[in-house]
Amino acid sequence: MIPGQFDYVRPTSLDEALRILRDREGEAKVLSGGYSLLPLIKLRLAQPALLVDLQAVGGLDTITKADDGWRIGGRVTHRRIHEHDPLASHWGIMRDTAGGIGDPQVRNWGTIGGSCAHADPSSDWPAVIQALGGTFVCRSTTGERQLPARGFFTDTFQTAIEPTEVLTEVRIPLAGPRTGSAYVKLERRAGDFATVGAAAMLVLGADGRIERAGVGLTAVADAPFAATEAESGLVGSAPTDETFAAAAAAAAAQARPVSDSHGPAEYKRAMVREITTRALRLAASRAQGA
Amino acid sequence: MTTQHISVTVNGVVREADVEPRLLLTHLLRDVFGLTGTHTGCDTSNCGACTVHVNGESAKSCTMLAVQADGAAIATIEGMEQGGKLHPLQQAFWDQHGLQCGFCTPGMIMETTWLLARNPDPTEAEIREGIAGNLCRCTGYVNIVKAVQQAAAELRGASAEPEPAAASA
Repeated sequence: MIPGQFDYVRPTSLDEALRILRDREGEAKVLSGGYSLLPLIKLRLAQPALLVDLQAVGGLDTITKADDGWRIGGRVTHRRIHEHDPLASHWGIMRDTAGGIGDPQVRNWGTIGGSCAHADPSSDWPAVIQALGGTFVCRSTTGERQLPARGFFTDTFQTAIEPTEVLTEVRIPLAGPRTGSAYVKLERRAGDFATVGAAAMLVLGADGRIERAGVGLTAVADAPFAATEAESGLVGSAPTDETFAAAAAAAAAQARPVSDSHGPAEYKRAMVREITTRALRLAASRAQGA
Repeated sequence: MTTQHISVTVNGVVREADVEPRLLLTHLLRDVFGLTGTHTGCDTSNCGACTVHVNGESAKSCTMLAVQADGAAIATIEGMEQGGKLHPLQQAFWDQHGLQCGFCTPGMIMETTWLLARNPDPTEAEIREGIAGNLCRCTGYVNIVKAVQQAAAELRGASAEPEPAAASA
């Protein structure tokens, strides 16, 4: 497939990239790994006039643990997250998710910032970052905004990012004691986009009951979302199969799946129940072992 | 039509070209440089037939622009044979009948080269996971896995040989 015509620039600093985005507002798209954007450009579903390639922009590719949480640069690849032992020991969900994206070549090049900014409703990170209560840092020539992941994904392929901004960093909290997390995804073929994906985060109190809960769902609405009804039902309950079944039912009720080649809506809704239950069980077992 | 001048090192040889930004890396290799060992298969980043290495990382060259590779070092199947001797992975695919039609083979070999460089002694499961992005419609993968196992053993043996003695003090 031959893409439509566009111009290409490779700025060598973030400031330069941001100036280009300001000067070419609405015409330019940011290119990170390219594994989400280029397929759309090849299909001519996206036809930007200018691609701003971030590969030569430094400072966007580190994973650091700060006092207030983990900071993951927007250009960190799925593979680096998958292989990051300290992050995985805090948040098992990060390794679950990164390791299940696409295939080795996709994980070599695809980035967390690119994936979140692209906002394919079937991509995995958006539900995960929402479940963890994360934040996206977006920079433009006029400054920096910190946008909570909840509310960031406004519609299919739509986010709160302005066309003049770059998503520079993903922030997630530190995991305290008795905290567990998991991402489980149902896919039609190995490496495929999710038919249904469920992200679960549980913090247990000293009494063993659920103190805090986060649940995010992939591919079963116009945009990935936090299953807030499920979360409220979990908090204060004991981490039992009955609790998880009730939460999964609440998650399924909040889902808005559509029938497509992955299956009819009712099938997907049933799968939300099953996959959410599995994610909650796994998160609980990790919390109990933590 | 605007073109950009790019310079890439392909299998150790510096090559230059004036390309449209929309030119895909796979087409740069095949149509501009005449290196047709890299196959363009599905053209949707699923099948992996177009896999090459870009700065040491395996990549699907149908999902990368030629201009993105400007300045990069690229390795393709044409660079695997050295001095008339097949690379151990090429030999192993031959020995183990790891191909039938051969369309996926260049991508399989480039991906498994990358895999073995990072994991010299993979389990069968790790090999199968490692080629999850490379589709073969002929073999059922059984002989591909055997070929990778054979090459892994040989490469480990080769690398286990003592290095030529460095000048010691």
